[in-house]
Amino acid sequence: MTNDANTYQETVKSLDKKEEKKAVIRIRDVRKSFGDNHVLNGFNLELLEGENLVVMGKSGSGKSVMIKCLVGLMLPDSGYIEVMGKEIASLDHETLDELRSDIGFLFQGSALYDSMTVRENLEFPLRRHKEKLGKISDTTPLVLEALENVGLADAIDLMPAELSGGMKRRVALARTLILKPKIILYDEPTSGLDPITAKEIIELMRTIQKKYGTSSLIITHDVDCARVISERMVLLVDGINYAEGTYSELSASTDPKVEAFFKK
Amino acid sequence: MVEQIKQFFIQIGDLSRFASRFFKEFYKPPFEFKELLHQCYQMGNRSLVLVGLTGFIIGLVLTLQSRPTMIQFGAVSWMPNMVGISIVREIGPVITALICAGRIASGIGAELGSMRVTEQIDAMEVSGTNPFKYLVITRILATTLMLPLLVVFGDLIALYGSALVENIKGQVSFQLYFNTVFNALSFGDLVPATVKSFFFGFVIGLVGCYKGYYSKKGTAGVGVAANTAVVMASLLLFVVDFIAVFVSDIFYEL
Repeated sequence: MTNDANTYQETVKSLDKKEEKKAVIRIRDVRKSFGDNHVLNGFNLELLEGENLVVMGKSGSGKSVMIKCLVGLMLPDSGYIEVMGKEIASLDHETLDELRSDIGFLFQGSALYDSMTVRENLEFPLRRHKEKLGKISDTTPLVLEALENVGLADAIDLMPAELSGGMKRRVALARTLILKPKIILYDEPTSGLDPITAKEIIELMRTIQKKYGTSSLIITHDVDCARVISERMVLLVDGINYAEGTYSELSASTDPKVEAFFKK
Repeated sequence: MVEQIKQFFIQIGDLSRFASRFFKEFYKPPFEFKELLHQCYQMGNRSLVLVGLTGFIIGLVLTLQSRPTMIQFGAVSWMPNMVGISIVREIGPVITALICAGRIASGIGAELGSMRVTEQIDAMEVSGTNPFKYLVITRILATTLMLPLLVVFGDLIALYGSALVENIKGQVSFQLYFNTVFNALSFGDLVPATVKSFFFGFVIGLVGCYKGYYSKKGTAGVGVAANTAVVMASLLLFVVDFIAVFVSDIFYEL
């Protein structure tokens, strides 16, 4: 079978899936500026249920701003953002907090609480959302389950300062998983890690996606990460979704702006 | 110059808005009692040695420096009254507050600042915990509650330092010294000093949290937050002290 035929089949498959699945995240014409710096210029995106969607863009292209707008950490200047059927801008604090329990967020620098042990870091999200997982008197089994998922059950009583960069990222992933979210947002999950650890983290993300059936939105500029994990990709250029498609479609593109992402 | 004045008023406006947010969210559940106790321990217990040592030296030095002049005027027997009143009314609260501004306001500024730049505050918000309630309200409350206790502790140690000098140099017994001090003190000396200590604590916590919570520009911003927290808190302490003395004068005719 030729390359073209392969690409055609992939596209057909992805379109079929798109028809079956409903969108858990919808972004329509979102604009965000910081002074004269127009970061997002009418950005559009749709994340389908159970899908792994990668958003690629250069540093400073507005990827992190976009992902922060999704969880209400930032408000867009204009446009429409809907997560699991709820428009973010119209939600009050209570409802937004409830919605956030269904969204896991893996921060670029892990963002573990320095003054707390690994156990306390994982227990922290449970303080507010205990009712989501039923009545829990002892949180230890939940913490252990989340840590076992990332292969770090032994690190339960360590402080973040005692962990390596890769371990921190794993613990942060375990903290993201503890509330069993339906959507996971990854902000540069492999940045600052050596290639081997980065590969391990990517493998872990795939395992988690298979195990829990989560929808994942991955922000990255790591082409290897995008190749392994993406089902669909969006390229963010000049504040808009410049190109969209599967990895093989985009990597075969002759558009200079798209090509620039895949050049080694 | 104009820009600096403009920035000053913008900061005062932002600080007032931050304070009003504190009063708005203070009454709303959930209440973070465990974190409040933890912060009280960190700010109160951990400052005891520093406040005690400073108070002891202040009492000692104040008595040693004043003694020759008092002897010259034949007023050395008034030494406990003078030292007692000046320590309880002014020196104790102001010195303790300045020490705490240096230790606590800078500590809060640096801690919250580094939490801001490493996205820990964002992570807290995403996990459904209100970081303002968890980090800011607990810290401001802890400083407000702990500072009066530290002032009382510092005052007692300063008086002990002063009594020690009087005991060694003037053969005045500790019992006589403290009896004279407590006889000289009235309700009008203790109440305003205690009340203003609460305000001092509030200012220290408020400025430390404000500077740290809105820290910007990466790790350099953390240093700036810690530094400016101390400067701003120390300046505001004197403003609050002036207002407190002015108001006390109306009620107690100092």
